[in-house]
Parts: sequence; C-alpha cells; structure tokens
Amino acid sequence: MLVYYSSASGNTHRFVSQLEWPALRIPVEVEASLQEPTLPYVLICPTYADGEGRGAVPKQVIRFLNDPQRRGLLVGVIGSGNRNFGATYALAGRIISQKCNVPQLYSFELAGTQTDIARVRAGLVTLGEELCSTAI
Amino acid sequence: MKDLPQTVTIPRAINWNRLDDEKDLEVWNRLTVNFWLPEKVPLSNDIPSWATLTDHEKELTIRVFTGLTLLDTIQNTVGAPSLMPDAVTPHEEAVLTNIAFMEAVHARSYSSIFSTLCSTKEIDEAFRWSEENPHLQAKAKAILETYAPGNDPLKRKIASVFLESFLFYSGFYLPMYWSSRAKLTNTADLIRLIIRDEAVHGYYIGYKFQRGYEKLDDAEQQALKDYAFSLMFELYGIENQYTEELYDEIGLTEDVKVFLHYNANKALQNLGFEALFPPEVSEVNPAILAALSPDSENHDFFSGSGSSYVIGKAVATEDEDWDF
Repeated sequence: MLVYYSSASGNTHRFVSQLEWPALRIPVEVEASLQEPTLPYVLICPTYADGEGRGAVPKQVIRFLNDPQRRGLLVGVIGSGNRNFGATYALAGRIISQKCNVPQLYSFELAGTQTDIARVRAGLVTLGEELCSTAI
Repeated sequence: MKDLPQTVTIPRAINWNRLDDEKDLEVWNRLTVNFWLPEKVPLSNDIPSWATLTDHEKELTIRVFTGLTLLDTIQNTVGAPSLMPDAVTPHEEAVLTNIAFMEAVHARSYSSIFSTLCSTKEIDEAFRWSEENPHLQAKAKAILETYAPGNDPLKRKIASVFLESFLFYSGFYLPMYWSSRAKLTNTADLIRLIIRDEAVHGYYIGYKFQRGYEKLDDAEQQALKDYAFSLMFELYGIENQYTEELYDEIGLTEDVKVFLHYNANKALQNLGFEALFPPEVSEVNPAILAALSPDSENHDFFSGSGSSYVIGKAVATEDEDWDF
C-alpha cells in the first residue's frame, strides 16, 4: 500500500488519486490522530525545503515516522518537488531514504505527469510481486 | 488635530499569532529565508566566458534578459500589487508585498548582469528592442489587461501564475543552456535564485487561486477553467513566435518549445488543473534539466534507470525530534 502526505495545495494528493492504489493520507493537522498502516508501504513525500535545504520533510511526516512500528513497515520512498528549487529538488525523499535506510524509488515534480503515473504504477506492481504477492 | 475623513478605511493591525491560513506563514518564512541580492553573486567571474560568445550570442542573451526585466517590472509594479485588494487574509497581503519587492530585486539583477558584462550602447539597444518587439509587447498587454482594476480576482491570479510559472521560461532557457555548456555559470547561479523565487510565487498564488475556485459552483468552475486554458493558448501562441524570433538563428527553437510545454504544464498544475501538453512533447533536454537542478540525482529505480537503489548521501537536517 501507499502512505502519503499532501498539504492544502494538493499536488501529491492529485498524483496519488491518479495512481488508483490503496493509500493512507497523513493528516495536515499536526494534532490529528494517525491511521496505522497494517501492511508494508511506500511513502510518497513532497519537499518544503528553504534555499539551504532546511525543513525539507514536513513535520507531519517526521511525526509519522517517529514510531518504530510504522517505520518497520516502510519499504521505500518516493520524493516529489519542483526542479526550480535546484539542488533541493525532491530532497525530502533523499533525506527519508537516508534516515530510514530504505531506497528512494522515484522522484517527480508537482502532481506528476502521465509518464510518472505509469512508471510508478508499474513499479508498485513489480515491487508488490517481489514482496511476495499481496504484501504491498 | 483633525479627525480623519470618514471615507478612510483603517486596516487592522496584523497579528501573525492568529492565522486564518497556515500557508501564509509557511510561504512568508520560505520567502524571507530565501531573500538575496544580486551583489552576493560574483558576476564578474563571467567576464572571460562572456568574451567567448559570438556577437549574435551576446545580442541574443542581452535581449532575452531585457524581456525578462520587462516581466519582472510588470509583476513588481502592477501584478503583485493588483492582487493585494483581493487578499482574503491580512497575512496574504503581507506575503504579496514581499513578492512585489522581490520582483523589483529580480528586475534590478538583470541590470547588474548588464553593467558587469556589456557596454552602455549594447544595453540601450537591447532596451529599445524590448520596447519595440511586437511579441514581447503582446504578452505584456495580454497579462496587463487581466490585471486591470475591476477584473475577476481569480482571473488575475490565473494570469499571475502564467506569468510566474510559464512566461519567464522562454527567457530562462538561455542561461540554463549556457550553464549546461559551462558558460556564464555565475549568471546562471543568479538566474537560479530568480527561478526559485518565481516557483514559490507561482505555487502560492496558485494555491490562493485554488482556495477561491473551490468555493464556486460547477458552472462557474467550468467557465473559469475554460478561461484559463484559452488564456494559456493565447499566451502560448505569442511565446511560440517570440521563441522563433529569438532562437531560430542559433538553432534552439525546438528545444525551447519543449521547455515551454513542460513549464505550461507546471503552471496549470499550480492552479490545480491537469497538464495540457502530452509527455512526448514535454520531455525536456536532460542537459537543461540538470542545469535547472544541479546536484539533485534523478531517481527512477522502477524503470531501472537513474541513480537509485542507492541510499542517499548524508544531508543536513535540523529537527531535534527527527532522531529515532
């Protein structure tokens, strides 16, 4: 399955909607209660870095990952962003990959393109098969 | 002391500790942290590189930058200020003042490039060119008509996002192209700072557009979406001609057009709309993408290309609660 974060601007949400894949949204409200993933999942995370790369991973995602059980089910991360931010493009994916010791599977811009959707969907299918059938 | 006349409206003092929309503070912080001035970029290091360009390449570069100066001037003096009366929160208005000011910094930056690299005669000729070029004037006119007082606030936001996220890119292409050939690399560093700012502007104005748009009924939404796509078509037509006039001689027109498609799609996404141009005409030259976001690896583990299934390099993070 997928877990994703999307702020009120909604780019990541639009990307995930087009994927048509079971997905859990991390709430925007910092105090909101979290739904627990029960299966291994891929995390999709947009980037909010300043020019120096600070603040790239949203607080809500950090909070979500600050739990060993949830982290244990994370199999990979997809980072998103905007190439116009230069070197910090999709930085959140790289940071999570490094912190959680999981591969960064893909990166895309804003709400993604049709090519991105097709590649990620195909990739998720393959990854699911690798993880022994229905695990993802 | 006289009382103020009754027609004067006194704004309420802005309280940043009470937010109606968290996005205002988020974007305010992003913009203020990213603040910069052209003096911090060592443009004079580009003087030897500038000398390697042909006369035509120099003229093209100066012309492209005067075109960009005009767009920044419009956004500084008309575009961003025209959005202020439509602001739905006092914080939005404050963010727009920052956007307006940074556009002035951008417009000023091109003159720093000119004074570093070019002669007064070359500069004056290029500014005259910008005043007389029909395509440049046509795109300025199309945008300014939408900004006019009394126009629909959401249409103004559409035009503003198209300027910030689409119209600049026929110009931004050239310094990225030079940078990909290891030319004018300091100038490219400065342009990247401008590109970064315009990305936040397009994102924020697009976000505010979406907040207004979601309050409309279906018919109103459809009418506004039709307006957005027809304005995009109109601007795209002008941009095509502008691009041909500038880039035909150097043989880059088709490459620039792909870049226009790619950016038009991103501008529409900032408004919450779907892409207009299909992937096959929007796949930007990888050298230009690499110039746009240097040092950021491309990840595509899924299709077996790109630099992935490698754990990323150490990166600076700041959050105390981020150690597990």
